[in-house]
Amino acid sequence: MARYLLRRIVLLLITLLITSVVIFALTQLLPGDVARLILGREAQPQALEDLRLELGLNDPIPMQYVNWLSGFVTGDWGTSFTSGNPPIRPLVLERVGNSLLLAFYALAISIPLAIFLGVLAGLNENKWIDNVISVVSLSVVGLPEFVTGLVLINVFALGLGWFPASATAPADATFGEMLSQLTLPAITATFVLLAYVVRMTRAGMIDELKKPYVRTVTLKGLPRRQVIVKHVLRNALLPTITVIAISFGWLIGGLIVIENVFSYPGLGRLLTAAVERKDIPLLQASVMVIVFFFALANLIADLLYALLNPRIRLE
Amino acid sequence: MTSANVSYDVPVQPSALTQIRRTLFTTLRKLSRRPLSLVGLVIVLVFIFLAIFGPNIAPYRFDELIRGATRQPPSELYLFGTDRLGRDVFSRVLWGAREIIALPAIATALSVLFGATIGLFAGYFGGWIDEVISRFLDGLLAIPALVLALVMLGTIGPSSFGIVVVIVILYTPIVARVIRSATLNMRALGFIEAAKLRSESTAYILFREILPGVLPALVVESALRFSYAIFLTASLGFLGLGVQPPSPDWGRMVNEARETFAQTPWELWAPAAAIALLVIGVNLLSDGLRSIFRYEGQLV
Amino acid sequence: MNDQPIIEAVDLCIDYRLNKRWLNAIQSVSLTINPLEIHGLVGESGSGKSTLALALMRYLAPNARIPQGRILFEGEDLIPKTTAEMREIWGSQINLVPQDALASLNPAYRIGEQIAEITRLHKGLSKPEAWDRAVEMLRRVRIADPEAVARRHPHQLSGGMQQRVTIAMALSTQPRLLILDEPTTSLDVTTEAVILDLFRDLIRDNEAAALYVSHDLGVVAQLCDRVTVMYGGEVMASTPVIEMYQRPLHPYTISLLASLPRPTEGAETRLPTIDGVAPSLAERPHGCVFAPRCPVALDKCFDEKPPLEHIRDSAGTSRLIKCHRWREIDDGTLAIATTPVQAEASAPPGQHYVLKARDLDITFEKPKLWDRITRKQKKAVHAVDDVSLSIRARSTLGLVGESGSGKTSLARIIVGLYTADDGEIELLDLPLSLDLHERSREALSELQMVFQNPNDALNPYRTVGNALARTINRLVTTDMSQAAIQRRVYELLNLVRLTPQYATRYPAELSGGEKQRVAIARAFAANPALVIADEPTSALDVSVQSVILNLLKDLRAQEGASYLFISHNLSAVSYLADWIIVMYLGHIVEEGTQEQVYNVPSHPYTEALLSAIPNPDPTVEQGEIRLDGEVPSARRIPSGCRFHTRCPRKIGAICEDETPPWRDAGDEHFIRCHIPIEELIALQQTKPDAQPQPVAQAED
Repeated sequence: MARYLLRRIVLLLITLLITSVVIFALTQLLPGDVARLILGREAQPQALEDLRLELGLNDPIPMQYVNWLSGFVTGDWGTSFTSGNPPIRPLVLERVGNSLLLAFYALAISIPLAIFLGVLAGLNENKWIDNVISVVSLSVVGLPEFVTGLVLINVFALGLGWFPASATAPADATFGEMLSQLTLPAITATFVLLAYVVRMTRAGMIDELKKPYVRTVTLKGLPRRQVIVKHVLRNALLPTITVIAISFGWLIGGLIVIENVFSYPGLGRLLTAAVERKDIPLLQASVMVIVFFFALANLIADLLYALLNPRIRLE
Repeated sequence: MTSANVSYDVPVQPSALTQIRRTLFTTLRKLSRRPLSLVGLVIVLVFIFLAIFGPNIAPYRFDELIRGATRQPPSELYLFGTDRLGRDVFSRVLWGAREIIALPAIATALSVLFGATIGLFAGYFGGWIDEVISRFLDGLLAIPALVLALVMLGTIGPSSFGIVVVIVILYTPIVARVIRSATLNMRALGFIEAAKLRSESTAYILFREILPGVLPALVVESALRFSYAIFLTASLGFLGLGVQPPSPDWGRMVNEARETFAQTPWELWAPAAAIALLVIGVNLLSDGLRSIFRYEGQLV
Repeated sequence: MNDQPIIEAVDLCIDYRLNKRWLNAIQSVSLTINPLEIHGLVGESGSGKSTLALALMRYLAPNARIPQGRILFEGEDLIPKTTAEMREIWGSQINLVPQDALASLNPAYRIGEQIAEITRLHKGLSKPEAWDRAVEMLRRVRIADPEAVARRHPHQLSGGMQQRVTIAMALSTQPRLLILDEPTTSLDVTTEAVILDLFRDLIRDNEAAALYVSHDLGVVAQLCDRVTVMYGGEVMASTPVIEMYQRPLHPYTISLLASLPRPTEGAETRLPTIDGVAPSLAERPHGCVFAPRCPVALDKCFDEKPPLEHIRDSAGTSRLIKCHRWREIDDGTLAIATTPVQAEASAPPGQHYVLKARDLDITFEKPKLWDRITRKQKKAVHAVDDVSLSIRARSTLGLVGESGSGKTSLARIIVGLYTADDGEIELLDLPLSLDLHERSREALSELQMVFQNPNDALNPYRTVGNALARTINRLVTTDMSQAAIQRRVYELLNLVRLTPQYATRYPAELSGGEKQRVAIARAFAANPALVIADEPTSALDVSVQSVILNLLKDLRAQEGASYLFISHNLSAVSYLADWIIVMYLGHIVEEGTQEQVYNVPSHPYTEALLSAIPNPDPTVEQGEIRLDGEVPSARRIPSGCRFHTRCPRKIGAICEDETPPWRDAGDEHFIRCHIPIEELIALQQTKPDAQPQPVAQAED
């Protein structure tokens, strides 16, 4: 188990390293002169040259990469290209907090709901309740976030007035206000997660119910409820852990759109802004942070899976 | 027992074309027996029709400013109303159908082509080829799809070509992985080994012996990829990284319509509903294919 | 003890709903199991034996129903009972020992918990009491360290141990009836023999009754008191076991028993066979279900279903039988040929060799770079170690051994599907490359293979004719005309007794036996000198197996080919092989002619294998040699003699330390053992005292 943990952590680091190369390489594709981008059209040649030297833009590209990566690892994330050149780290970290808050809210709603619906559908394979759950999760819930988000805003914010239409989250908002602001975005995020997790949980449940040990347990004389809760769910929910980790990637993608729909100051909106303004250091930092959290989620899921699965735990 | 010189004129193997036609026919028949799949199929066919003939049906050009008809609510004249500049929303939606369907379709086709080839090779040979592809895939999957798409389109600049490239880069490895594991399962089967024992070429084994067997997985995966590609294209459009103005992009139309929502809500609802309907249709269809081919997959 | 049966099925029918139609799966079946009886239920796949066995527990698939009949358990009808009422009986009165032990145990819980669960539920034991009882039960099934095993998870145990656990679980509530659903089918023959001995003792100790479901007539003969034979969803006959084997009255039973290959069969004989295939669920005839394959069927048999009669035969034995003609068979006026047919003599084995292989060696899963980095102690699997063999023209070399012996790897090295690490092969006196890609077309055409599983031997998307034509095209000649190829395809189909119509069929339209025939035809397409057959009948039903074995024998005579015939079934090997080699953990331990290997002296491992064969004649005592434990992992090959960890004739430290020498038993009969030949002969002519020992968990 200790070796397994070590192996996973090493793999995590390798993944982060590879993605850092990918991201850095991608941002090098950007046409144009970075120094001119920062200083503007009227900049003096001397000033441009100074800035290039300062930023290390004349160094060979591998050198630039090493400098960037070592800076990133040691906490020097550079400054943004935007006016005032604010340092990136506090900006990104603040936005990460906001995004994580929204993400956890969405997960807290969607995971229990998705598992419940998936188990319900799996237990009633091909009966009407399964068909209803499948069709609803396939069609309504599988829509792009900006469509569902806008529908929710129009019905529950503009129409019924139950929740605010945007979630700007002022720093001094009370917990209740925050919850109220975040509810619609979280529900929107839930929709996307739901479709995928329900489907996989249902499939896992159906597979598991067909396994011979279920018959063995039934023929021990165990009541149906105990057969399902103690035996089947114990195994059927294992793959769901992995599914949730994978759908975390969906959630991140979803949050980028949702934060834009609800004008929520999260990392996703920061990222889209960075793309729009071609703010490379900000772009690099935001993507690295996103990748880190995604990889971390996968790591936690792997460990949880291994802990709950005797086949791996006892290796 | 009949003697060996009896002649039978039946060809021993029907042509590939006959086989494909037969399979297509039975698939369509099975789809049409499932009410929801039939709905999905009809929706998708209607949208494909619109993608091809939309501009011919549309009463106006997508950028045609109708004088004196700004912000008209839906009416017989302007089916989905007009926008703040006096453009016919119905016509814009029709014109926009082409790209939201064509770009994902092209990208999916290319991903399936590349992915299937890579997957066949990786699954069949295993070893370092497989190792390299798997690691590359892990790296790619470590970045959430939309994030990678944003970074790539942000740097190379948004364009139709860019969207196709991004989707192909994102989905090729996923298709490759599916085909790889299907191939891996087939690699040790008796008829593959029998082919080796009669010194068939690798290409023959991959494309004539293995490919037909992984086709069900490939069909289902193609349908799924297509639906995700539409989803992604629409989302990129909404974020302003889709097809660039002035050509109409449903995602961007929704985004732009938010500002004037209070005055012209139809400007938002029309493209949003179009996206929703298309996604629902493709999802229903791909779900139908799934259950059809899973069923068949167990038989073989 | 009263005379009331433990369980009695009366006129029981079971239907399945398939494609919106109810199909009759079990047709008016009656079955009685008396107290203390071990009742065998035999039948081929699709006969409905497992469906019936589970239905006796009133356990049905969701798409099944019981339209008529009664199931009386100690006089009480189970059919009207609710599931809640059945739960009182399940696990306490009637218990199941399932077929696939690993899949039948929950992977997430410890062995002890899973056994304890049943006594807590039905005996009201507390958690610690139930745990102690579980450990006690594990001890009773002769598991050496029951406390430790109780704490393990199912996947950490070997197959034999898993099966012991399921029987421990089933016995822990002392049920009135035990239903054993093919519990030894997936085990190796030596393990099976040990488990069967254990079952016999435990079922007797339980003082109840048992229903033993099996497709293996040998196992049933050795274990059961009474046997019911099923075919096509109906009971054909039910008889005390001795009468079943000595005086069968039903044509199906008679033919089935006759078709079994037995040891010591002459080289020029053909097995009696049952033609045709069992009817599918949708195609059951409305007359006697066996009539289409029956050698003595009358018109009446096709028109009218015979009743299941409770009879007393001329010797006074009480039986159940379902045949219009049993009286004629009983009084001897109707005889069904059961003796092997003497066939025309084929040419005797030639003097020259078609294949000579020297010092073949292969190792799998060598440590990779990653393992070296993480310092993982990963052992390589040395599957074939220094093996030499030679095969004469027109002869069959039998290769026997349990799973893990390396026999399949050896076969694959020879055909080139695995590239050996080391060694030399000569085919028809010419050196043959170890690498398949370097072999010439001529070499490939001389060396063909028949695979174990007929279901994946043919590409499902190609017709039979296409599969054959392609092989002809690739291996025989490239400039054959289309018509000539087509002619050859029909010739080949004719060779394996299939009509030319089969050329246009797809594999899905063929039965298992027919697929295997096509695979054999494909192997013979290029007139090979040597055909390697890797367990060609192990996936087939008994009645089909004899057809394939006969076919292989005929083709050897007609086509003059040689075989390397691989099997774990020593009876099938004895039917076909002239010479035999016995493998254990990658080594050959004995080689000689068929008679030499099957008789004294033998290597102790061969002796144990022969002893473990369940003989399909209850009056012939099974051998008494039993092997402890299971085949060790090829990652941890024991030192010295590889067999020393399980050898019942181990003589001491020398077996653990030194590799045994080849000993010459005369006439090219070789045994690899530390015991001198004379001593082996002396030892093997007297019976060893066989005391069942608790087995330790094989470490892996």
